[in-house]
Amino acid sequence: MYIIIVGGGRLGYSLTKALLAEGHETLLIERNFEVCEKINKELGNICLRGDACETGIQAEAGTGRADMLIAVTGDDEDNLVASQVAKYRFNVPRTIARVRDPRNESIFKKLGVDVTVNSTNIILERIEHEVPSHPLTHLFCITGDQRDLEIMEVRARSGVAVGKSLNEINLPDKVVLGLVIRDGGKPFVPRGDTVFQSGDHIIAVAPAAVGEDLRLLFNGA
Amino acid sequence: MKVIIMGCGRVGAQLASLLDKEGHSVVALDTDAYSFRRLPADFKGTALLGNGLDEDVLKKAGIEEADAFVAVTQGDNRNVMAAQMARKIFNVNKVLCRIYDPLRRDLYTILGLEALSPTTIFAEMLKEKLET
Repeated sequence: MYIIIVGGGRLGYSLTKALLAEGHETLLIERNFEVCEKINKELGNICLRGDACETGIQAEAGTGRADMLIAVTGDDEDNLVASQVAKYRFNVPRTIARVRDPRNESIFKKLGVDVTVNSTNIILERIEHEVPSHPLTHLFCITGDQRDLEIMEVRARSGVAVGKSLNEINLPDKVVLGLVIRDGGKPFVPRGDTVFQSGDHIIAVAPAAVGEDLRLLFNGA
Repeated sequence: MKVIIMGCGRVGAQLASLLDKEGHSVVALDTDAYSFRRLPADFKGTALLGNGLDEDVLKKAGIEEADAFVAVTQGDNRNVMAAQMARKIFNVNKVLCRIYDPLRRDLYTILGLEALSPTTIFAEMLKEKLET
């Protein structure tokens, strides 16, 4: 695959290095001359100096034949424009943009960016998971950006579903309970007659919007 | 007409002043309160401190009822992003956007933004002056 990365900061540098190691043809576009020099010295001649929001630079980079463009500068609006130039001017099939402000995720999606990666949310979710009392953790967005389906972990405590079997409870729409982890034992797939207990860790696939309903059901008010 | 102008630099402030004098309802939006010094003393509109890339700020500026939105900050990409938000998320009827880079301006025109490049406009004006 030919992958173009925009922004040679810490994230862009590490990403370039990782993709090169995986054997992908990779090109990094970076505005700052010194950063460019440094990366070229370390990784070989793979850094093009210039503003990736300019069509001229993307043309020079051969964006027309790229399979993917990943924009990871520190500025949301720059990542948006670089992705849009790639997508709408050079027909790059897949564009990925980093967003700093979580609220920009849905905006980027509406404006044509295929995938958004939001470091703030990723760190937040990781921390939530480490807080023992936290009743619900968003583990992974299956559809990446729209948050319409994700994997989440619910910790059962005193909700109405505790003490009842799967058959007896009313799950919100589009929810699948995939796995139960009980007392740190071997995880099992819940069946109709599985009775939920306080302390169960339940892994669910569900739309993000029903997370609160799930939490109420298993964890209580 | 209710107009939101994002970026209260020389152009933004002058446009705000002109529209205000004609009796339009104007909101001047900028991330730097110091920019508002450019507004005339008798300015009757609103000077709002905030980032126009923030949906909440745009709502506070009244974008849901606005007839027009103009993006004239120093950053091409910021203008592009704000203008697209105004157009595609808030459905503002008239959206204008300054893009210094002529090539980027051409692309976004194709994508449906009404964008002006002062670079091109001024170069053409200078050429005309030279020829007369």
